[in-house]
Amino acid sequence: MENEGVVLSREGFAALLRALREDGYRLVGPTVRDGAIVYDTIGGIADLPEGWTEVQERGRYRLERRTDRALFGFAVGPESFKRSFFAPTVSLWRARRKDGSFVVLDRAAEMPRVALIGARACDLHAIAIQDRVLLEGPAVDPSYAARRRGAFVVALNCGTAGGTCFCVSMGTGPKAASGFDLALTELFDGEDHRFLVQVASPEGAAILARVPHGEAQKTDLEAAERVVQNTASQMGRSLDTTGIKELLYRNLDHPRWDDVADRCLACANCTLVCPTCFCSTVEDVTDLDGEHAERVQRWDSCFTLDHSYVHGGSVRPSTKSRYRQWLTHKLASWIDQFGTSGCVGCGRCVTWCPVGIDITEEVAAIRSTEKG
Amino acid sequence: MENLERLLREHDFLKDLAQPQAASLVSCVKNLRFESGAFLMREGDEASTFYLLRRGRVVLEVDVPGKGPLVMESLGPGDIVGLSWLFPPHRVHIDARAVDPVVALAFDGGCLRGKMEEDHDLGFALTRRLLAETYKRLQRVRLQRLDVYANP
Amino acid sequence: MTARTDPWSPTPTRILRVRRETRDTFTVELEGQNRAFEPGQFNMLYLFGIGEVPVSISGDPGNPDVLVHTIRAVGTTTLAMKRQAKRGSALGVRGPFGSAWPVRAAEGDDLLIMAGGLGLAPLRPVMYHALRHRQRFGRVTLLYGARSPEDLLFRSEHGRWARKDCVVEVTVDRAGPNWVGRVGVVPALVDVTPLDPARTTAMLCGPEVMMRFSVRTLEARGLAHERIFVSMERSMKCAVGFCGHCQFGPTFVCKDGPVLRLDRIARLFGKREI
Repeated sequence: MENEGVVLSREGFAALLRALREDGYRLVGPTVRDGAIVYDTIGGIADLPEGWTEVQERGRYRLERRTDRALFGFAVGPESFKRSFFAPTVSLWRARRKDGSFVVLDRAAEMPRVALIGARACDLHAIAIQDRVLLEGPAVDPSYAARRRGAFVVALNCGTAGGTCFCVSMGTGPKAASGFDLALTELFDGEDHRFLVQVASPEGAAILARVPHGEAQKTDLEAAERVVQNTASQMGRSLDTTGIKELLYRNLDHPRWDDVADRCLACANCTLVCPTCFCSTVEDVTDLDGEHAERVQRWDSCFTLDHSYVHGGSVRPSTKSRYRQWLTHKLASWIDQFGTSGCVGCGRCVTWCPVGIDITEEVAAIRSTEKG
Repeated sequence: MENLERLLREHDFLKDLAQPQAASLVSCVKNLRFESGAFLMREGDEASTFYLLRRGRVVLEVDVPGKGPLVMESLGPGDIVGLSWLFPPHRVHIDARAVDPVVALAFDGGCLRGKMEEDHDLGFALTRRLLAETYKRLQRVRLQRLDVYANP
Repeated sequence: MTARTDPWSPTPTRILRVRRETRDTFTVELEGQNRAFEPGQFNMLYLFGIGEVPVSISGDPGNPDVLVHTIRAVGTTTLAMKRQAKRGSALGVRGPFGSAWPVRAAEGDDLLIMAGGLGLAPLRPVMYHALRHRQRFGRVTLLYGARSPEDLLFRSEHGRWARKDCVVEVTVDRAGPNWVGRVGVVPALVDVTPLDPARTTAMLCGPEVMMRFSVRTLEARGLAHERIFVSMERSMKCAVGFCGHCQFGPTFVCKDGPVLRLDRIARLFGKREI
């Protein structure tokens, strides 16, 4: 199979989605809902946000009409693909009382395979980062593994940068480099709307072989290259990552933390929209007669008081320390823990902060006012 | 007398004190023994004595009406007992009770103050030791009053 | 790590015995089921339908037939455990998890074991280990403090340990007139303890403030941070590095700790709200 030499028409792309569904995949892709582009189960290309884009700034997000029929003419919505694998609520196990003890009941671990449609480079990096936490450590999270296993990934090289994007700074985009079966670049040539397809796996090649496609011309490859170069030049934000771990470790007592604490509402929005945040908590529940019990895992956030609770109180009672924990974890201690940054530069935390706190601005402020 | 001087210089509090300085203190000091249960000093007494504990354990306690005596701190060999002799009105603040047979070097406070005034080098050497000891005890009291093992 | 495939799933485990230790602390002995553990490790204990808590293992690492946990009843789950745990009933067990005291690396050294309050529980396995292999260590000293004489844990064992060539110094923060032991804080015991900084390994467990003050006195005696080990406490839900709650800077207390060498965390030790 050619490595980066296939072109799909719009109809060919529609056929690709149909083929994936025929193979039993649940398609998860972008769709417009409640005034935003979210990732949800889709049936086919009719569900995609055709002709929509968004305007993003700190604390602001608004959909706007495009002048073309682009299916992926936006950057990133509030949701990443995080919830496809790291589900917001998971029943970890159920148990039944028996003879003064209890038995843990078996549960079906099989999950329908998902195909991610239009995963951006930043989100693919985020998935790889969560894999490290939940699959590749000393222990494996069974629920994550069951959802993640056998997933098919159709990546999308970004044709539009959002106002809060900074993947170029983080070295994660806008071109997808790994973690996919097929990578698309959306191309327009007048009314001609098509996709250049890069094939990265045997599974990708196999499914592509079943849908109508054409040979890519040199001009297609050049056009695709121009698309990502153009996107890279449009980044709404930048973040200087030079020595960032040491910078933040040196500045745990920087006055900027007090400044940001005055603005931060500790609402946890940033952690919910972040594609890498993996904190969770558990709840133990019983039915009314107390004979059955269940443990439920839910997303948690380091912005809650409860997150650091040890008997007697919270280790991080102040908003200042909780914001510092989030930012230094994301950009510094993550590197020590997992060998990569915990930030992929998607900009969601900037867009969805209700008071417009901008992670890139906070780091720049610390950097520029560090006491030497 | 030589024996007392040796005992002085062996005590942690006066360790490394110059020999002539130690010798000059001998005239202020006696070696005393206390039975278990005896008081080295009692709250309200005139503070006339400074003790260097050599053997046995001493507790500092305060009688709380309705609760009885509460032990604030226990002290043992190498520790000092009594600071009130240093400052007017030279009045003891707290009971010091032997809980073991105790052996201590007991300085006459007035005599010691006189030596410290007379010879400021000696005064400085002793003041520095007293301050270090006080600081150490202050740190312990800080931790103690945090009540770190209390139920939250 | 356990060989079990699902790290979230508790194993129902029968209670062999429950013993009251102090006013608020009790010890549960569970069927060992041949779960080997190293001194300093902990298990997640689950009370059916109520909740799960991390509890250090306080028993003898040389006896895999019983799994011993000493628990302080302070929260919803532990208070319910105190009420409900009885011989013949069961608790769910996950574990053992976490790092261990360096009992092998410290062979040939003097052991200085400093415990405050319930902090003696995760250090008791070290005492059992050191006394079983007494000839492998130099001086073995236990410095232990609690709030009051009534709060001292494992009192009946202190004398037994002392008779096996081990120095046991005990102190309490407060006492009435009938207490003839020491009154004062654990760091004060360091001042009455011979300490050779070139050949001492110190192991500390207790409230964080008690450990911080103790570290300062050990530093003053010339003990290097590389020779000081502390057991940290943070919130824990999963015990395997998934849930994110136990982070102490880059350290996951559940899997990198709870036992940590001081030089590796000194940058953050005592830093506010980390």
